[in-house]
Amino acid sequence: MIENLFLMNGYGIYVWSAFSFTLISFLTLFLIIKIQYNKEKNKFIAKFGSLNSEKAVFAKSQSINKEILSNTSNI
Amino acid sequence: MFKYFEPNKIFSITSKAPKYVLFLFIVILSIGLTEALILSPEDYKQSHSVRIMYVHVPAAWISLGIFSGITFLSIIGYIFRIRNFFLIAKSLAPSGLVFNIIALVTGSIWGKPTWGTWWAWDARITSMLILALFYLMYLIAWRIFEDNDKVFKVTSIITILGIINVPIIKYSVDWWNTLHQPASINILSKSSIHLSMLFPLLTMTAAFALFSLLIFLMKYNTELIKIKNKGLDRL
Repeated sequence: MIENLFLMNGYGIYVWSAFSFTLISFLTLFLIIKIQYNKEKNKFIAKFGSLNSEKAVFAKSQSINKEILSNTSNI
Repeated sequence: MFKYFEPNKIFSITSKAPKYVLFLFIVILSIGLTEALILSPEDYKQSHSVRIMYVHVPAAWISLGIFSGITFLSIIGYIFRIRNFFLIAKSLAPSGLVFNIIALVTGSIWGKPTWGTWWAWDARITSMLILALFYLMYLIAWRIFEDNDKVFKVTSIITILGIINVPIIKYSVDWWNTLHQPASINILSKSSIHLSMLFPLLTMTAAFALFSLLIFLMKYNTELIKIKNKGLDRL
């Protein structure tokens, strides 16, 4: 049963490579986008930290900024 | 109506949605993979190689759908000057390109046992390759041009030119004598695919659609934070 699942009458190499390529592409794209997201978020937090109190109060009055600072998405 | 598309309003939703979409994607993908690799029957002619269809076809469908969506958003965005539509279109493009590449590569892998060759300059395959080039041009344009007006104009032109290729892809198998088989699934007429193969195909399509939604949301949030970063610089 397991052997048949891998070999698939000699087509296993084609089927498994197609599925593997798809899943590896998914994982790669996901990681690239996640790295970009974390980079931008960390940059935002660093910039926000360097603002003086007056500017920080103004920046915090914008709802998006508040959302970004309040740990938006864990992904 | 367009005020509902303002980033301020959308961000509170898009920032929380990815984790739920990721969970749903993993569940649907697991069901789809089980169906596609274990439960669905082999084809009487192509044997187990038919299973490649479950990744190849959804990837092709979604890459075509995303490009059509990008074109629509670019045109509407350009006419009504809605900057956020360009941001949505830009965030959709990476997953569209990846699905296009997946369709090309898995099609090539499927071609070897079925046609005896990895590649043929057949109308369907060539037009899909051209679509990948349009995706690349679109993404490169966003990297090259700094000025918003210029990038909106250039990307709109690229998508308008690229959309001409979409019906060519769809009807290439009917218009020309191609190695690629005609469509097995038709919305308007009876499909020639059996239900035991249709179910895993639709499940995998749903999983792929969820993945593109996940990537879109993450990319869109990244783009919004990038804009906000520039805003902080100006303070």
